[in-house]
Amino acid sequence: MAEKAPRALLIKNGIVFDPLNGIDGERMDIAVLNGRIVEDVPEKEAYVIDASGMMVMPGGVDIHAHIAGSEVNAGRLLRPEDHFKDVEPKTATARSGVGHSVPSTWTTGYRYARMGWTWVSNPSMPPLEARHTHEELDDTPIIDKATYPLLGDCWFVMEFLAAGMIEECAAYVAWMLWATKGYAVKLVNPGGLECWGFGGNVKSIDDVVPYFNITPREIIRGLAKVNHLLDLPHTIHIHTNRLGQPGNWEITVRTMDCVRDIPGTSSTGKRSIHVTHVQFSAFGGDDWASMCSMAAPIARYVNMHDHVTIDMGAVVPGDTTTMTADGPFQYGLYELTGNKWINHDVETETSSGIVPYHYRRKSLVNAVQWAIGLELALLIKDPWKGAFVTTDHPNGAPFTTYPRVIEWLMSVKAREKTLKRVNKRAIRRMVLPSIDREMTFYEIAILTRAGPAKALGLENKGHLGVGADADIAIYAIDPDRIDPGRDHRAVRRAFERAAWTIKEGRVVVKDGQVVSSPRGRTFWVHVELPDWTEEAIRSIGDAWTERYTVSFENYPIPKHYLARPYKVVRKARLEA
Amino acid sequence: MAVCAEVVLKPKKALRVPVYAPCIRPDDFAGLSEAEIGSLEVLKGNRKVRLAELFEVKGDAASKPEELTICLSGDFGKVRQVGFEMTSGRVVVEGDIGLLAGEHMRGGTIEIHGSAGSWLGSRMLGGTIIVHGSAGDYVGSSYRGAADGMRGGTIIIEGDVGSELGNHMRGGTIEVKGSVGLFPGIHLHDGAILIRGDCEGRPGAFMMGGKIIICGHVPSVLPGFSIIRISKSVKFGKEKIEGPFYTFVGDLTEGGGGRLHVSKERNSHLSHYESYL
Ligand SMILES: [Zn+2]
Repeated sequence: MAEKAPRALLIKNGIVFDPLNGIDGERMDIAVLNGRIVEDVPEKEAYVIDASGMMVMPGGVDIHAHIAGSEVNAGRLLRPEDHFKDVEPKTATARSGVGHSVPSTWTTGYRYARMGWTWVSNPSMPPLEARHTHEELDDTPIIDKATYPLLGDCWFVMEFLAAGMIEECAAYVAWMLWATKGYAVKLVNPGGLECWGFGGNVKSIDDVVPYFNITPREIIRGLAKVNHLLDLPHTIHIHTNRLGQPGNWEITVRTMDCVRDIPGTSSTGKRSIHVTHVQFSAFGGDDWASMCSMAAPIARYVNMHDHVTIDMGAVVPGDTTTMTADGPFQYGLYELTGNKWINHDVETETSSGIVPYHYRRKSLVNAVQWAIGLELALLIKDPWKGAFVTTDHPNGAPFTTYPRVIEWLMSVKAREKTLKRVNKRAIRRMVLPSIDREMTFYEIAILTRAGPAKALGLENKGHLGVGADADIAIYAIDPDRIDPGRDHRAVRRAFERAAWTIKEGRVVVKDGQVVSSPRGRTFWVHVELPDWTEEAIRSIGDAWTERYTVSFENYPIPKHYLARPYKVVRKARLEA
Repeated sequence: MAVCAEVVLKPKKALRVPVYAPCIRPDDFAGLSEAEIGSLEVLKGNRKVRLAELFEVKGDAASKPEELTICLSGDFGKVRQVGFEMTSGRVVVEGDIGLLAGEHMRGGTIEIHGSAGSWLGSRMLGGTIIVHGSAGDYVGSSYRGAADGMRGGTIIIEGDVGSELGNHMRGGTIEVKGSVGLFPGIHLHDGAILIRGDCEGRPGAFMMGGKIIICGHVPSVLPGFSIIRISKSVKFGKEKIEGPFYTFVGDLTEGGGGRLHVSKERNSHLSHYESYL
């Protein structure tokens, strides 16, 4: 039986979309042996899935969703009413769980798998909270995961960069990735979070951070150079300054432009920056009354440059929970809504905040936000640059709304239906009504799996070529027979309930039901460093003791702490 | 088949485990025979069981819920969610009732001769609940963490109630003839609360609107409240409650504009507020 993880699997006659291998809706078979895609397997020895009349894609890849860690868990505690309204009972093959916007760990894994997603990047880990984050990631079944430590406001990082010690900074960042079992360098409102420690924020990328004599521009450029020196699989991953404020689109363009000249890595090529959930960073206007969409100039910049990738951070109307490391932004949101809130300072590293939020179609600002997310994806010509499908879960909406986002991207009619129901005054402040682009399944496969996998430098994910991990989604929809523009609802329904999801060659979902829950892997990056760096890192020990509540020796995650780690090895471009 | 206007449930033996029984309401019983009622499912602990396994069921139900009375005879202190979202008819409880009686109730009447557990009438939209004994915490309140308290209907409690009465209440009236615990009317948005007895303290914290009347003793009034007048009497629905009352506006820490009326006679220790008038 499928549940017993057959060694060999054969998916016959599906219509395959595999953009990384240039396959655009071809009828073909996919063979799997021992968890990997192979050329062929003998049909007699294989578990055969008849996929005729169905669509086959690589498993979905989410480049940015908050699914684990202290912030997510604090969100769970803050919102019992969120659990109350979304309850999943136990089945013969799955555990019970709760939560709409901040679901429990097991439910998170199940819901991704049910949509055919098999990879999720947890994008915002205070390094000090790494243990908690990994404990929750280990408890999130099926999907493979990675997590990005927040390094943009780390005192040691800022000090090394301010002193021009870029190589030492690189060694420290590599040590942090090792110590926290992280995958990429995350920046949230760089410099601004440190200012928040004094009740302030930065207004431009050239404001000076108090006591550190460094600007956001210098932090962003410095960490982009570090990223290059460490030859990391992903670029720096940034949540811009002034996020969520009217008129912030200019700072977003400046942020992208400030690293234009910095080279990428052996995985990322020309790319040197990933700007995340850009919807929140593409506001025009001087205040909330004049707020409007500025997705167009951002998309134009991305179209004209090759060093940037972005993801959407789409807003879908409904109730959700906002949570970011951006303390000042979250406090502003509390002041705006009067909702219950949490704000927190993580020692020398970062801040964080949580505020429940209800996006309303009839709200001018929310309707514009909804449009911006879609505009970004529709106005960027080359989908390999983005805007990859995310909702910045749960900030713009829970990840379970991806099928809805796909529906809007594929159908003008679906967009028009929603446009009829949004705030009328918002229409003039967006460009969405004038966009007639309807994405193809091939483009959707890029935005939801191939594109983010490539941006993350995941060689064996996001495609179905020989040697790739056998993470496969099969949707009960016949792309040859359906017109997604017209039958957009059928598209949504198909993505909501994968007919089959296969993880490492094992059937995990069948007809939208979880049938088995193997443990997924957690990817982390080990950078090989020259010997001198050891002394450089150890030399911060004294300063460390003064600043942290945890000793330098106890800080790193112990060996064997992760249940199923997957080490990605890189070699630093540092002088010996 | 003889159709009775009344269905009687009696525990077969004392319940030791909580039972979730939202189906004990006229809407679900209407038109069912004795046997059919007995076969309705409830949760005993984490197990599904039939009503007839736990209770003796007597009587076939009237076909319309509004003509039906469900009588709960004996100790129902472990039975929760009775009258959940009911729209009409009557539930009469001869003894005690457990948590969440009348949760999200829309219409009809629940009359409890004994005492009620916590979360009585939480998220209530309409109808009437009368308790002859006392009630627990969170009467007429929202679900924990949410801001959707009672929106309509009437709750009358002859005995005492616990803390956080009317949490996030947005409409309707609650009358308590006995005393109340801490934080009555916390996060009150609208509606009226009348407390004829004493209050343990901190009435109206975070209130944005609505009205709280306390005829008995209050240890103190929160600093977020400002005195605006002494009222001779205060209206509670159609009734005129004779004072005099110290009338405060608050909770100003939240920018609220609710009214808190506290008996002048029973609270001479608050007389210093008169100097601010
Ligand atoms: Zn995020």
